[in-house]
Amino acid sequence: MKLARDTWLIFQRQLHLLLRNPVWVFVGVFQPVMYLLLFAPLLKPALNAPTQAEAYKIFVPGLLVLLAIFGGLFQGFGLIAELRAGVIERSRVTPVSRLALLLGRSLRDVVSLLAQAVIITLLALLFDLRVFIGDLLLAYLMLALIALMTSAVSYGVALKVKSEDALAPLMNTVAQPVLLLSGILLPLAFAPGWLQGVAKWNPFSWAVDGTRALFNGDISNDRVWQGLTIITVLAAAGVYWAARQFARSVR
Amino acid sequence: MIETRGLRKSFRSRAGRETKTVEAVRGVDLDVTAGEIFGFLGPNGAGKTTTLRMLATLIEPDGGQATIAGADLLKDPGEVRRRIGYVAQGGSTWDESTAREELVLQARLYGIGKAEAQRRAARALAAFQLTEFADRKCKTYSGGQRRRVEIALGIIHEPKIVFLDEPTTGLDPQSRAHMWDEIRRLRTDGMTVFITTHYLDEADALCDRIAIMDHGEVVAEGTPTDLKREISGDVVQVGLDLAATGEAEKLLDGEEYVNRLEVLEEGGLRLFVDEGATAIPRILRRIDGAGLDLKSIELHRPSLDDVFLTKTGRSLRES
Ligand SMILES: Nc1ncnc2c1ncn2[C@@H]1O[C@H](COP(=O)(O)OP(=O)(O)OP(=O)(O)O)[C@@H](O)[C@H]1O
Ligand SMILES: [Mg+2]
Repeated sequence: MKLARDTWLIFQRQLHLLLRNPVWVFVGVFQPVMYLLLFAPLLKPALNAPTQAEAYKIFVPGLLVLLAIFGGLFQGFGLIAELRAGVIERSRVTPVSRLALLLGRSLRDVVSLLAQAVIITLLALLFDLRVFIGDLLLAYLMLALIALMTSAVSYGVALKVKSEDALAPLMNTVAQPVLLLSGILLPLAFAPGWLQGVAKWNPFSWAVDGTRALFNGDISNDRVWQGLTIITVLAAAGVYWAARQFARSVR
Repeated sequence: MIETRGLRKSFRSRAGRETKTVEAVRGVDLDVTAGEIFGFLGPNGAGKTTTLRMLATLIEPDGGQATIAGADLLKDPGEVRRRIGYVAQGGSTWDESTAREELVLQARLYGIGKAEAQRRAARALAAFQLTEFADRKCKTYSGGQRRRVEIALGIIHEPKIVFLDEPTTGLDPQSRAHMWDEIRRLRTDGMTVFITTHYLDEADALCDRIAIMDHGEVVAEGTPTDLKREISGDVVQVGLDLAATGEAEKLLDGEEYVNRLEVLEEGGLRLFVDEGATAIPRILRRIDGAGLDLKSIELHRPSLDDVFLTKTGRSLRES
């Protein structure tokens, strides 16, 4: 009860601050739309897809997972600014739940990611993408869990390193292999065997496969429940670890 | 209200390849009575902030114990949090929020309902003369306005004790005087106020009792008056050139009426004597007799700086 209330308070504040800043809102909408309009047209020939709609079925889920990963991973920067301003310390002297300090922030990130996802889906519908609503909701669940995990981890790391200078290279180093080995932009079906073998160890590759299956209307594909399970476990672990960082003493 | 025994904290810091241990606080015993303004006076790095952060549950002590407003610091930090307010040295407001938003949120984080939180925020804004800027972003405030918001944030839940870490640093003299009034008002409202400062006049004028801290230890504790009375006699300050200072020191050190002598960095001497009125003519004669150029001579009652000096061998002004 207290956890829910505290989480709601933090969530509200963070969302309010985000919406107050028109630049962020603009970037958040503009970026994915650019991907869709400027990058996607290259896909049909590149993927050898029979129709544009087929190409979108492969590309849109990948783009959404990409946004979820990156949207989350770079949230730590905002937290370092808050740390520096003393806002975190001010929260930590109150009896507020430490888990809520994390969850409120991460949920804000999840909600803004989902808003982006909805915009992209709607746009893609205009380009003849077709997907069942049930499958779509399940795909959104996957995205929400990914964003929850990456943003929690980013906050946790931010609290540990406490400086942008350390966070930026760290997050880039994590993000790069994750991205390359997940088949996000192009399906790994094109990859040589060894690359596919390595990618098996990348949880996001399972998440991407699962999300693609959902967009393909293939809900019974094993990759769906496998991806969801892997990401759920990782999200729980990430949240647990990051909440402990909020509870620990930080300067 | 606050009772600490043997509170300790050391930090390990890395400088290049070496790790050094800084003993920031080494065994602090304090007794703060309800309803007083208690001051923590000490130079930079004395360990004031570290002590405060331990008492505010932000860092865990390495050793020792403390009871704060009846709650045990180590066993029940949650209860301590509910009973105290804390205003950090470095500020705590977010640039993009308004004072009103910050106050309402802070009250709500303490479990206060929305309507009540709004009422309290309005009241706090009025009390700290902030109503005019209440709905402007914090980044547009002046230093003094912002400090007032921060203090209002620290007491929005009406704690029994509030810790204020250097509440007046960086304020101009007028804002400082205002801030002193605000702090006295907190005491009138029944709060126990624990402030840190490195201003002598602030400790003297504002605090009911002070503890002087140096190198992680409390070197003296008491009311400012008592502490000053401990140093019997008067202080005579003699203004001299740097060149003449050394010679005057030789002349006067060992004179039977000089209890203690201190060389000032910018030139000149400070002499602790039993009775200034009789000592001054003798000092004058000695200096004149040696043909040294005397620039000024002042007689004053011992200050807190003199207390600090006798306890640590250093002047607080210089450290
Ligand atoms: N997180 C930390 N890591 C390493 N050393 C620290 C840390 N915090 C404080 N110290 C060291 O502990 C000592 C005491 O610091 P503290 O901040 O308590 O001093 P202070 O009395 O508040 O000084 P000031 O008047 O400058 O605010 C200093 O030597 C400081 O460098
Ligand atoms: Mg300090």
